[in-house]
Amino acid sequence: MPDIFIPDATPELTGRALFPHKHLLSIADMKPWEIRFLLDEAEHWAQANKGRARKHDGRLAGMTQINAFFENSTRTLLSFEIAGKRLGADVVNMAAATSSVKKGETLIDTAMTLNAMAADVIVIRHASSGAVRLIADKVDCPVLNAGDGWHQHPTQALLDALTIRRRKGGFEGLVVAICGDVLHSRVARSNMLCLAALGAQVRAVAPPTLLPPEVEMLGATPFTRMDEGLEGADVVMMLRLQNERMDGAFIPSPREYHALYGLTPERLAIAKPDALVMHPGPMNRGVEISSSVADHPERSAITEQVAMGVAVRMACLDVLTRGARGVEGWA
Amino acid sequence: MSKIAIINGRLADPAGDALTPGVVLIEGDRIVAAGDVAVPDDAQRVDAQGLVVAPGLIDLGVFATDKPAFHFGGITRAALMPDQRAPLDEVGLIRQATRAGKPDFWVHPIAAATRGLQGQEMAEMGLMQMAGAKAVGTGRQWISDSGVMLRVLSYASGLGLTVIAHAEDSGLTAKAVATSGETATRLGLPHAPACAEALAIARDIMLVRETGAAIHFRLVTTQAGFGLIRAAKAEGLKVTCGISPAYLYLNDQAVTDFRTFARLSPPLRDERDRQASLTAVADGTVDVITSSHDPRGPEDKRLPFADAAPGMAGAETLLALSLNLVRDGQVTINRLMTLLSANPAKILGVDAGGFKAGSAADLIFVDPDAPWIVDSAKMAAAAGNTPFDRLPVQGRARRIMKGGVFL
Repeated sequence: MPDIFIPDATPELTGRALFPHKHLLSIADMKPWEIRFLLDEAEHWAQANKGRARKHDGRLAGMTQINAFFENSTRTLLSFEIAGKRLGADVVNMAAATSSVKKGETLIDTAMTLNAMAADVIVIRHASSGAVRLIADKVDCPVLNAGDGWHQHPTQALLDALTIRRRKGGFEGLVVAICGDVLHSRVARSNMLCLAALGAQVRAVAPPTLLPPEVEMLGATPFTRMDEGLEGADVVMMLRLQNERMDGAFIPSPREYHALYGLTPERLAIAKPDALVMHPGPMNRGVEISSSVADHPERSAITEQVAMGVAVRMACLDVLTRGARGVEGWA
Repeated sequence: MSKIAIINGRLADPAGDALTPGVVLIEGDRIVAAGDVAVPDDAQRVDAQGLVVAPGLIDLGVFATDKPAFHFGGITRAALMPDQRAPLDEVGLIRQATRAGKPDFWVHPIAAATRGLQGQEMAEMGLMQMAGAKAVGTGRQWISDSGVMLRVLSYASGLGLTVIAHAEDSGLTAKAVATSGETATRLGLPHAPACAEALAIARDIMLVRETGAAIHFRLVTTQAGFGLIRAAKAEGLKVTCGISPAYLYLNDQAVTDFRTFARLSPPLRDERDRQASLTAVADGTVDVITSSHDPRGPEDKRLPFADAAPGMAGAETLLALSLNLVRDGQVTINRLMTLLSANPAKILGVDAGGFKAGSAADLIFVDPDAPWIVDSAKMAAAAGNTPFDRLPVQGRARRIMKGGVFL
């Protein structure tokens, strides 16, 4: 057989299928250029959302989007709902509290039910790691992971990446410190993988009790002292500390946590002078972050993150339904 | 009494050191002689056709009386774990369990050491022993109160019963479903460090030294755990341990993609511990290989990983996977039969698991080279939850004799 020369794929030559995944379940499934592609798509929506009073697009008209949230959420649910509606989809929300899940229906049965209602896209949040993948395997339409346990929250990582790209221009060489309860955080897991894939230097900064083992394998350098982790950081990403973890099990008290790991103006001064402050929300003001930092007009990107959330979710809903909509090159 | 002579077999005598051509003589339900013995004229001759004749496997620590799976796997007796829907903590339940498989399969129940397996008050071990319990056990949990464990060991030793212990410090494991490491971190699963095992073993060994009791750690899976067992044996303490094939052939990466069939208790360990487990089998630290058979249907397994029940259907694959140890040169086939049959019999105190005169005529006829493919969808077990789905394996029990009767 003659030798066949197959050149290495480059980011410039990505082929026709720019996003060859049926679902959006985990950043770990995605190549760097696939992440960049979604960010580019989201950038388009970010500008469109900003420029117009009438934001309706309508490309998902007639499609049904089910938001199945088995765990409470306000902002992510709202963000997915607005994203779907701006694209013209019929958006239906299923909250666990009002669903048959409370009556003991199994997750698989719920998935089959949603599938039988011929949804065109399903957005799922669940408290157990891996639950969203379990449902995705059982339904015919694309599934978006809106957070599963401690595992993944891919749209959060994408919106964070988009926010950083818009503020900092790129990722190469950028030092990003992800600080707080990394152990229990799906946001941290998705962000570490995403930002490391895009070329940033990622740090995981947490008390030793809240730092997962082998975090280096996800592309992050661990730090257990906040001041060391913040030194020279371009971006400081704070994580929410769950109330139930403040009671002495993982940290002695919220007060001590704030003293050692809270992002105060003094501590932020250790980072670069133009360091960006981020938080996925909802914030515990006075615990992981001081109000003066959270509300800082130039440094804080927290409200911008929320705006980017809608854009990213619009991009994901659009891209994942292209096959079903018969978009040229995707169907 | 009927006499049977099994001829043309290759005997895998646990007491021997190689396969030897020979005859097994049986009278009633007992073996009377084996090896190079003359065949009496009045004996019915059974031609083993060159198959390996071995004692029926005795599976030390299963969670269900799943006869079709045990018969497929060449298992003729099993010690049933007390972790049943109603924990085996009283005489009636023990009596019922002993009858469940008879006549063609014998269940030796392991009595719960404490009421309801709660780890607090001692259960009626003596009465349960009279009803047929062959050991007492802590179930799939650790008795965290050291005072209770001390008294359990002490009391059981008075009855001559071995305590079958689960080695995981429950303070460390809490709600963990995986071993700490890269896989657990990537998947975002609650995890506990592997030293939870050695920590539990270390405490129990100290209590054994104090009481002189006999303890069997049903599953030991870590290098540190085996180190403690080795030292305790060298000291002369009555300490034994077991393992399941899953821990010899899979590491924690098997749970990638949230494969709930690989959710086991204790959880799968890292590659270093897997290698240490193979070493421990080869150097004689491990005394028992058990299937830990725990068939679980979709209602227990088709769930998010942390919500799924632990356990695997292991009875069918026990023999074939264990024969890999022989093929890989880690143990002789005779030693393997010691691990699968003679040692479990010794720990349970039953006359089986060997070819000695008076031993139960529980025999299997094994074709060690027969190839087959593990298929989760076609298993004889009550459920097909095997992490070895679609794995090609070799070795099958072609015929089974239970108590002198062919099945």
